[in-house]
Amino acid sequence: MEKSPELTIKKSYYDRYGWLFWALIVLIIYVWSLQGLKLSGIQASASSVSKSIISGIFHPDWAYVYNGSGEDLVSLIVQTLAIAFLGTIISAVISVPFAFWAAQSPSEKWHVRSTSGKFVLTLIRTFPEIVLAIMFIKAVGPGSYAGVLAVGVHSVGMLGKLFSEAIENMDDGAEEAIVSVGGNATQVFALATLPTILPEFISYTLYRFEIAVRSATILGMVGAGGIGTPMLFAIQTRNWPRVGIILLGIIIMVLAIDSLSGWLRKKLV
Amino acid sequence: MKAQPIIEFQNVNKVYDNGTVGLKAINLKVNPGEFLVVVGLSGAGKSTLMRTINQMHRPSSGKVLVDGVEVATLKGTALRELRRKVGMIFQNFNLVKRSSVEHNVLSGKISYYPTWKSILGLYSKADKRKAAQALDRVNLLEKIYMRADQLSGGQQQRVAIARTLMQDPKIILADEPIASLDPLTTTAVMNDLQKLNQEDGITVIVNLHSVPLALKYADRIVGMRAGQLVYDEPIDQVTEEDLNQIYQPM
Amino acid sequence: MDVMKRLPRQSWWQKYHLKTISLVIITGLLIILSAQVAGVDLAMFWGNLDQFTNLLVRMAHPDWAYITIIGQPILETIQMAIIGTTIGTCFAIPLAFLAASNIVQNSWIRGLVRFGLDLVRTLPDLLLAAIFVAVFGIGATAGVVTLAIFSFGMVSKLFYEVIETIDEGPIEAMKSVGARKLQIIHFAVVPQVLNQFISYFLYTLEINVRASTVLGYLGAGGIGVYLQRSLNEFNYSQTAVIIIMTLVVVFIINIISNYLRERLM
Repeated sequence: MEKSPELTIKKSYYDRYGWLFWALIVLIIYVWSLQGLKLSGIQASASSVSKSIISGIFHPDWAYVYNGSGEDLVSLIVQTLAIAFLGTIISAVISVPFAFWAAQSPSEKWHVRSTSGKFVLTLIRTFPEIVLAIMFIKAVGPGSYAGVLAVGVHSVGMLGKLFSEAIENMDDGAEEAIVSVGGNATQVFALATLPTILPEFISYTLYRFEIAVRSATILGMVGAGGIGTPMLFAIQTRNWPRVGIILLGIIIMVLAIDSLSGWLRKKLV
Repeated sequence: MKAQPIIEFQNVNKVYDNGTVGLKAINLKVNPGEFLVVVGLSGAGKSTLMRTINQMHRPSSGKVLVDGVEVATLKGTALRELRRKVGMIFQNFNLVKRSSVEHNVLSGKISYYPTWKSILGLYSKADKRKAAQALDRVNLLEKIYMRADQLSGGQQQRVAIARTLMQDPKIILADEPIASLDPLTTTAVMNDLQKLNQEDGITVIVNLHSVPLALKYADRIVGMRAGQLVYDEPIDQVTEEDLNQIYQPM
Repeated sequence: MDVMKRLPRQSWWQKYHLKTISLVIITGLLIILSAQVAGVDLAMFWGNLDQFTNLLVRMAHPDWAYITIIGQPILETIQMAIIGTTIGTCFAIPLAFLAASNIVQNSWIRGLVRFGLDLVRTLPDLLLAAIFVAVFGIGATAGVVTLAIFSFGMVSKLFYEVIETIDEGPIEAMKSVGARKLQIIHFAVVPQVLNQFISYFLYTLEINVRASTVLGYLGAGGIGVYLQRSLNEFNYSQTAVIIIMTLVVVFIINIISNYLRERLM
């Protein structure tokens, strides 16, 4: 008890002046960031361009919605969804073994296996998706196929992590029961582990699909199929009514997919 | 002369990997047809004791004999044959929550099926009938096609009992079977266990926290404390003070 | 009576697991259709695998000397992320309060604000970058604005979810002494949410550092510009250095941010 006054004083020093230290650091970071950026180079036409963009969004190019050429908005949105869907399915399949690799189990000593698995997943997650897309374009040529492969590989980083967390938090009661009735390892996996974990896996996969839809819209900008290619072309040729209708299409598609997937996920729980 | 004990512990010790002592020099004989209740504080080693019987845990030293067979060395088919004979009931029911009640009950039989048949759910007509009968015995036949997680806790525990019935077990191990249940369903579950003991002659070992329930259902009470057996009396010798002694903090 | 005769009735779709079977069939059909639409051709992938491995081999020999050139643009990327995230967060805070059900009881205003935020969140970062490069011209400005809008959408949602989970006790106490709305926010809400706000800000910053490395691909400043250049010039040994450096920077930022967030909790 004798020590306590001294302790309070010590603590209050930090309480009183500790924030100054952090404030100084934050200040330095912001000064450094601001002086480093060359924000002055705004082109003179900025305001007129914004005006034409806004007018383009309010006067969309309706004729582009569907014209049967296969290069119209509806066809390309379908293509975008196909890229996202297929990519997500592929990544969900690849993620399962990765997840079991990265999931910590109580019996494991030093966690070498799980830590290395987690590290690999982080690497995959951090590797930029569009660079992957460009690499796959070299392998299979420009188009949706490269997009599918890019989404399929990149999504493993996040899905594998989510899956492995689901495995770590799983209630192992059902597994214990199947062991106790004399089930072999395969039976334990197929009759207890899988049915317990599958709904969560599906739910995470749907969630990841929502994200994949967003990335599939931009993969086209590097030539990997979907709505991104005509979008970038329209921006570069300053065809703002075309940009407007594509933006509208993307917004509707994303909102629709989000609510559909959200509804499915709720039904699953 | 007494019959051969169905379960026998010979100087069994269990030390976990992290150094915790689970069991210390356990010597215990359980006779066929007994209703044995194990009492003691949480962490006294009751669950560990139970799990060494069907080799969910392996003892560090000593022998556990079931039907005269040493279980610690069993592997593969022999181990699964042992586990067939020993039904187990858990505190948290341990059903596959999203599967139907029927599938949960049938899973008690999987060790008799080739792996692929059990995975595809291809059970024989006879076993399906047996599952229905098992559910009828615990008064849950009308729930047979429902999903397990749609049932109340007490009903889920009775589904778990029906699952062990599929095994035609000689022994039922019940690890705190009523710890997550309310008083009313507690009685239903304990009565089911008593019925199996009296009508089918199954040896039942139950871990319990509740002294009144132990006194009501047991043929014999065993007390555990810090991994050791500290009490072992047939029910007509047991007094409530003895049991309260076991629950005294150390 | 025989037990099998007393079984409850089971509808035919339940008996034959029609729900599961139809879900599997629908998924299968969607996979086949998607594969056709996307022109997936396994033979082509294996046929051109040597080109892919060739690329990997060249990337496996990073041109380390290139590090000296990309140091500055990498720093610029981080600066863009910091400024962009900060601007976005500043705009997000008032809207997060407007979208929180325990602050704004009027469900019309709340619904409108939330719908607006949902709209902002539908737009992927690279698409915003393409538009803002057209508006502001090539350079860091487009990147900062893109990141500001992107983090605005993300932070506002994270923040209003935090606000909605706060303890109502202090708010009621303030109400009972007749405090005005801004006073309630200042004295009863802010102290409860501040740490989580900072934590989510750092989290968004992490994501933005990762995102900003590719924005330059479309001309929005930072390391992405060099990424695009090296890829266009088929200079994969430089691409490799850029990617490795990006990974290193993202890892370092993650470690710092995780450390700070743990301290805040």
